[in-house]
Amino acid sequence: MSLRARIVVRRESFRLGVTLGVDAGQVVALLGPNGAGKSTVLAALAGLLRPDEGRIVLDDVVLVDTERGVHLPPQRRQVGMVVQDYLLFPHMSALENVAFGLRARGTPREAAHVEAMAWLDRMGADALSRRRPRELSGGQAQRIALARALVVRPRLLLLDEPLAALDAGTRPVVRADLRRHLKAFDGCTVVVTHDPLEALVLGDRIVVLEHGTIVQEGPPGELARHPRTDYVARLVGLNLLRGEAHGQVATVGADAAVALAHEAAGPVHVAFPPSAVTLSLHRPHGSARNTWPGRVADVEQHGDLVRITVDGPVPLLADVTPLAVAELALAPGSEVWSAVKATEVAVYPA
Amino acid sequence: MDAASSAAESRTTVEVRGTVTVLAAASLTGSFEQLGDRLEEAYPGLDVVFSFGPSSGLVEQVIAGAPADLLATADTRTMAAAVEGGVVEGEPVVFARNTLTLVVPAGNPGDVHGLDDLGREELRVALCEPQVPCGAATERLLETGGIQAEPDTLATDVKEATALVSLGEVDAAVVYVTDAVTEGDAVETIEVPQAAEVVNDYPVALVRGGPNPEAARLVVEAIIGDLGQGILAEAGFLGP
Amino acid sequence: MSPATAARPADARVPVGLLVPSLVGLALMLLPLAGLAARAPWTRLPDILGSEDVLTSLRLSLATSTVTTVLCVACGVPLAWLLARTTLPGRAILRGLITVPLVLPPVIGGVALLVAFGRTGLVGEWLYETFGLSLPFTTAGVVVAQSFVAMPFLVVAVEGALRTTDRRFEDVAATLGASGWTTFRRVTLPSVAPGVLAGAVLCWARALGEFGATITFAGSFPGTTQTLPLAAYGAINRGDAETAIGLSLVMVAVSIAILVTLRKRWVSGR
Repeated sequence: MSLRARIVVRRESFRLGVTLGVDAGQVVALLGPNGAGKSTVLAALAGLLRPDEGRIVLDDVVLVDTERGVHLPPQRRQVGMVVQDYLLFPHMSALENVAFGLRARGTPREAAHVEAMAWLDRMGADALSRRRPRELSGGQAQRIALARALVVRPRLLLLDEPLAALDAGTRPVVRADLRRHLKAFDGCTVVVTHDPLEALVLGDRIVVLEHGTIVQEGPPGELARHPRTDYVARLVGLNLLRGEAHGQVATVGADAAVALAHEAAGPVHVAFPPSAVTLSLHRPHGSARNTWPGRVADVEQHGDLVRITVDGPVPLLADVTPLAVAELALAPGSEVWSAVKATEVAVYPA
Repeated sequence: MDAASSAAESRTTVEVRGTVTVLAAASLTGSFEQLGDRLEEAYPGLDVVFSFGPSSGLVEQVIAGAPADLLATADTRTMAAAVEGGVVEGEPVVFARNTLTLVVPAGNPGDVHGLDDLGREELRVALCEPQVPCGAATERLLETGGIQAEPDTLATDVKEATALVSLGEVDAAVVYVTDAVTEGDAVETIEVPQAAEVVNDYPVALVRGGPNPEAARLVVEAIIGDLGQGILAEAGFLGP
Repeated sequence: MSPATAARPADARVPVGLLVPSLVGLALMLLPLAGLAARAPWTRLPDILGSEDVLTSLRLSLATSTVTTVLCVACGVPLAWLLARTTLPGRAILRGLITVPLVLPPVIGGVALLVAFGRTGLVGEWLYETFGLSLPFTTAGVVVAQSFVAMPFLVVAVEGALRTTDRRFEDVAATLGASGWTTFRRVTLPSVAPGVLAGAVLCWARALGEFGATITFAGSFPGTTQTLPLAAYGAINRGDAETAIGLSLVMVAVSIAILVTLRKRWVSGR
């Protein structure tokens, strides 16, 4: 039981080409910046969009096969969808919303309402049954929308930015709740998000989509440790460089050298966290350190620390204390030297 | 013995009954309705049904095959269109004539005495637009009199022009004698000698393929007979 | 409750730039009505309104306008849906054609109806020969004439409402398994209900006041096709302007009554 999908969509200035696989019970988080094509993938899976090329098979049922001209309409796919602003039908109560799918498929009103009520109970939302959507908070609406999608027993659940409409305060609680429900769901789930934390929390596997192509996929830990694109690196909060390794040195950026803690060869990714960077006004001398000259481009508060963006042969982010900023009189335009210990640098094949 | 019963006498061998549908020009509203009532009194089985409207519209209806028995228009030009359209049975018969007259609001605020005054710039004058029967007649009248009128407004309907006079919106208008009669005291009539030369003939004709030609012929006879003529004369129409 | 929430909203003074034109517009609408009321034969009014002919015209007007509205809603809503939701070719032209009755002089509309549906007309001939059905001079003909001039109001209002509703609701309904018809019935239609109602009211009012197309296509037969506007016309031609004014007041009163009753729903949009 699983989802296997190959989707190609061609637009004027954009080309989407992805191959996706989700096993039953698994949650795949589709992560990427805006415009990457994530929502397009969901629309194709739901049947709201015809791919130009592709084949989608869900639990041995062919939903789409462009070569044979197969394209099942959304009604005939066993797909449930929860969208960013939930889109609960405004003129129906929460209960009627949840019962909608059942009634649309022929279940009589009474039976549908009973089953819908059971689901609301399971969601802890039974008290909300009579309320209209406009009387619900964001978190409540999300639960109703989820119940509405699950009540028709879909084999594939699609969630489009499920937490984006919530304020930062409620998000963590709802996120944890959502994770519980997704874990209990026995079908395949694809969650689309631009928030890395959401992807890390909800997903068993993360697929990173940029400009219509998958640039990296794997378990959350893998991504966090070994990002392969700037975007992912930024997301997980790492500095990422690309270069050629020869022995214990790698040449990166504009002909700068990085000393490595162990030997490597060939094209590599070089990554280190901003907290591993120390800044000074003069070239430091010392053991096994990588040092590069640069110029401060930006100074920004980042939690308790200050994040400095440094331009130069090795562009990077450095997290330093406010005290250091004051002592070094760091401001945009200041000349600085960055230093990172070789032992703090992670190297992995590109 | 009045006209209706004498007509009845001559028809004792034929029972006239059923519905007769008459399409007639709007200016015939009052008089034809009266005539219809009298005929229905004389012939209990007879139902005369009228639809009054603008003559051109009536002709369109007949040409489009609407089920009517009689057509009575406000001038021969519109009737000619019907004849040309092949919807008329036999020859149209002129049953009345309408002449024009000059009307002014009660009190004659514009101090109008004749058609010549219509050329005065400072006067507010209403005339029927040339496309309607009243307007065509007005044009002919002014031509024969060699008068250059400067109308401030052209009415699409002769009733409109009449209303403007009775409301005092214009100082003078040229309308039918029959319209002046219906307005009563609200307007004053100024007789125009040349008017006798410009006359609108009102023809009536049987519609080809009409549902009740027998009874329709009776109605035509009543219109051109004493009964109809008496009613029409009261309304201000001239005889044919 | 904090003082802020207990206070009334900030003093909403009407900007002069809006107030003045509104008053001018209002005057334009109301003064002629006042004029009508001033010339009305108030003492004779009960007699006029109680007369058989007037009551017949009133009944006929109400009946035909209502039937027209029902017909226009039944046909106009699907038509509006077609225009707003499908990608049929030629929609733009279709949209333009539908608004033609709005600019066509009603009498011309009546002539056009005759050409199409008269006994010798394009469709009328076939109707007559096959079913013996003839529309001119019948009450059904009145409904046809009124529908011709009033349907555009409904289609335009509903299409406008459909365009502003979020199509994604319909997408969600589809993923939940609803067929096209179920989606239309339970999701789309309720969301445009205020638009449909507003359109229906305009449609009804236009049908009630329709004159030119009716008199040209259906004629002015008391009892079958002589609606209130046609009865007023007849009264004027009879020389009885007072009755005509009285009839006009009846139309105004009826319209106001219906519109006020529906206003709450129309404006609040529930």
